[in-house]
Amino acid sequence: MPLVLNEEQEMLRDMARGYLTDKAPVTQLRKLRDTEDESGFSRDAWRDMAEMGWTGVLVGEDHGGVDMGFMAMGVIAEEMGRTLTASPFVSTAVMAATALRQAGGGAHDARWLPSIVAGEAVIALALDEGRKHDPAKTAMKAERHGNGFKLDGAKTFVADGHVADAMIVAARTAGAPGEEQGLTLFMVEKDAAGLKTERTMMVDSRNAAHVAFDGVEVTADAVLGEVDNGAVILDRALNAGRAALAAELSGSAQESFERTVDYLKERKQFGQVIGTFQALQHRCAHLFTELELARSIMMKALQTLDEAPEHAGHIVAAAKAKVSQVARLSANEAVQLHGGIGMTDEHEIGFFMKRIRVASEMLGDANYHADRLAKMQQY
Amino acid sequence: MSDLETFRAETRAWLEENCPPEIRKPVESEKDICWGGKQWTFVSEAQKTWLERMAARGWTVPSWPKEYGGGGLSKEEAKILKEEMRELGARSPLDSFGIWMLGPALLKYGSHEQKLKFLPPIARGEIRWAQGYSEPNAGSDLASLATKAVDQGDHFIVNGQKIWTSYADECDWIFALVRTGPMEPKHDGISFVLIDMEQPGVTTKPIKLISGKSPFCETFFDDARAEKENLVGELNRGWDVAKYLLTHEREMIASGGSGLFDARPLGQHAAQTMGVEDGMLVDPVLRADLTRCDIDGLAFMCAIERYKDEAKAGVGMGAKSSVLKYYGAELNKRRLELMMDIGGSEEFEWESPATNEGKIARMWLRTKANSIEGGTTEVQLNIVAKRILEMPGA
Repeated sequence: MPLVLNEEQEMLRDMARGYLTDKAPVTQLRKLRDTEDESGFSRDAWRDMAEMGWTGVLVGEDHGGVDMGFMAMGVIAEEMGRTLTASPFVSTAVMAATALRQAGGGAHDARWLPSIVAGEAVIALALDEGRKHDPAKTAMKAERHGNGFKLDGAKTFVADGHVADAMIVAARTAGAPGEEQGLTLFMVEKDAAGLKTERTMMVDSRNAAHVAFDGVEVTADAVLGEVDNGAVILDRALNAGRAALAAELSGSAQESFERTVDYLKERKQFGQVIGTFQALQHRCAHLFTELELARSIMMKALQTLDEAPEHAGHIVAAAKAKVSQVARLSANEAVQLHGGIGMTDEHEIGFFMKRIRVASEMLGDANYHADRLAKMQQY
Repeated sequence: MSDLETFRAETRAWLEENCPPEIRKPVESEKDICWGGKQWTFVSEAQKTWLERMAARGWTVPSWPKEYGGGGLSKEEAKILKEEMRELGARSPLDSFGIWMLGPALLKYGSHEQKLKFLPPIARGEIRWAQGYSEPNAGSDLASLATKAVDQGDHFIVNGQKIWTSYADECDWIFALVRTGPMEPKHDGISFVLIDMEQPGVTTKPIKLISGKSPFCETFFDDARAEKENLVGELNRGWDVAKYLLTHEREMIASGGSGLFDARPLGQHAAQTMGVEDGMLVDPVLRADLTRCDIDGLAFMCAIERYKDEAKAGVGMGAKSSVLKYYGAELNKRRLELMMDIGGSEEFEWESPATNEGKIARMWLRTKANSIEGGTTEVQLNIVAKRILEMPGA
């Protein structure tokens, strides 16, 4: 397949851009922040997105999805990045949907996928336990208990955890922290006894949660996929989530860049528009080339997820690394080139810097993925 | 079978039959790349045979029209030929500035007579062409060139000097930008002429570079003669031809057609050269640099693929070729710096069989020109800022 959007995807992009700039722009995120909104995202907008089919973009038609594939998912995520739209898209419509679909054939997909598509259920991935993302380091234990398991431990930085109807929880049933094998995934519903969720406000005004598991008992049916072999499904879900974040970051980075270039064409100092200065032109031109590369590798990752998902790990890691690095550069340049006004809360450019910084860290930063890539290539 | 499938099958069979076994191996030395021309000495009988056989079919320039020595192939057929040659590991039968640059310029701007006269010898590798653009005082500001061509009725008398003319000492003819309208604004007084180098008024002098090699010359014109009939395009409209060619050149460089940029991962090369402990390269700081460079290389290849696909879908590459030219040049320089880091002191052995006569060191030095030739890095950034970002002029 050529590395360009097809007609259907272009229509989706135009529709998404139209909707998001109209109904879920940066001013909405500001309002959610300032009103300390309980959900941290607009339920109305989320329902609209469900109606437009976005929640089912990766869900098969058998469960009511539109099944348009990863490239289409990326188109939506990229546009959400342009408007900094807060929603459970990545946690629920991308990662949970991918995990449930991948596990397939059991009770979980039939139970959850239709309500994800309907925009009713929010499902979070409870994975990270420390300050740096590293699934292999998962230490939280799930011990056999009667016919089921008992979960003890704590998860941190669980995106959308405070509003989740259920969580996909990664816990260790074998092996030791540091080993990729030995993890099992569990579906844990929000009202499970012993589950305690505490919302944390992040710098980007989005939500994450600290989640404590104090002897949470689940039945054997709660297992998503196979015991000890959760990495198979987890990897697919993480690849999907990382690609979605890469697309979102690419959108945010492009938008902040375009706003910056527009600003340089307006702002006057020394009696002239500052965009005439070659020192600034070259910084912008360089950044543009970086953004072009970042967007290209991001699209390649999405394309690979559509065409050969079993071989996508390498390109997704490279894409997440590259886009995270470039997006941070874009955000930093944006604030610097806006000058003093860029430091004010009133101006929107700071919102881009904050979200880009958090999304770069999520599901592994540039260093983490560069290291993974090197390891994949035996060096 | 569709027409294209038939073409593929026939092409494969013909290549199998006609490509000598010696030609089906990767290029090992510079002489393995055939540049043609009157002074060319074939490195082997196979190299000569391969050129003759391919030229007879017009396949040294597959997409040029047949009447001008080409193969008359459609884009799709030319692509199939390329794929089948790659499949077989067949080397290119002929590389030259005539094919890459003068040919496209003549096809677009040349008269029918000029095409008939000059294109077939290019296709057969009989005439080797040099490019006469830059001058000592006209580098990035190419349009300020001063080499004069004075109208003498049926010919011009040319005086001046060109620089950075690739392999001019091995070339037969030169296509050059000359000033024919000294009173006109600088872009409007330039013409594109073809000059026979086999005359007393044209002399060349190789320039020794920091790599120790001399791929470029200075070329001097002292009352050299250029026939009027060899003026390409209109008088004083040579800048149009030059601009067309520069964009073409950049796109070719950018799309990897020139083989100038190599984005192969460095990590494994480093692991083999330096060693690995606990699955990780022994130098952790270098390892980090390498992974970042490899990621950028991968992203660069993706950008090339995307731009090519966009071009196929009808969105021309235009100024975006400057994105690739800029990034590719800088990336290549980074890669070779890292190659030198990997090699350490040994890599600096200049005249030693151990380093193949300083092969990587010479490549490292060669890459420094990547961001100077074909429009400097700074010029590319100007183009991106002005033409893509539409930032205002001073």
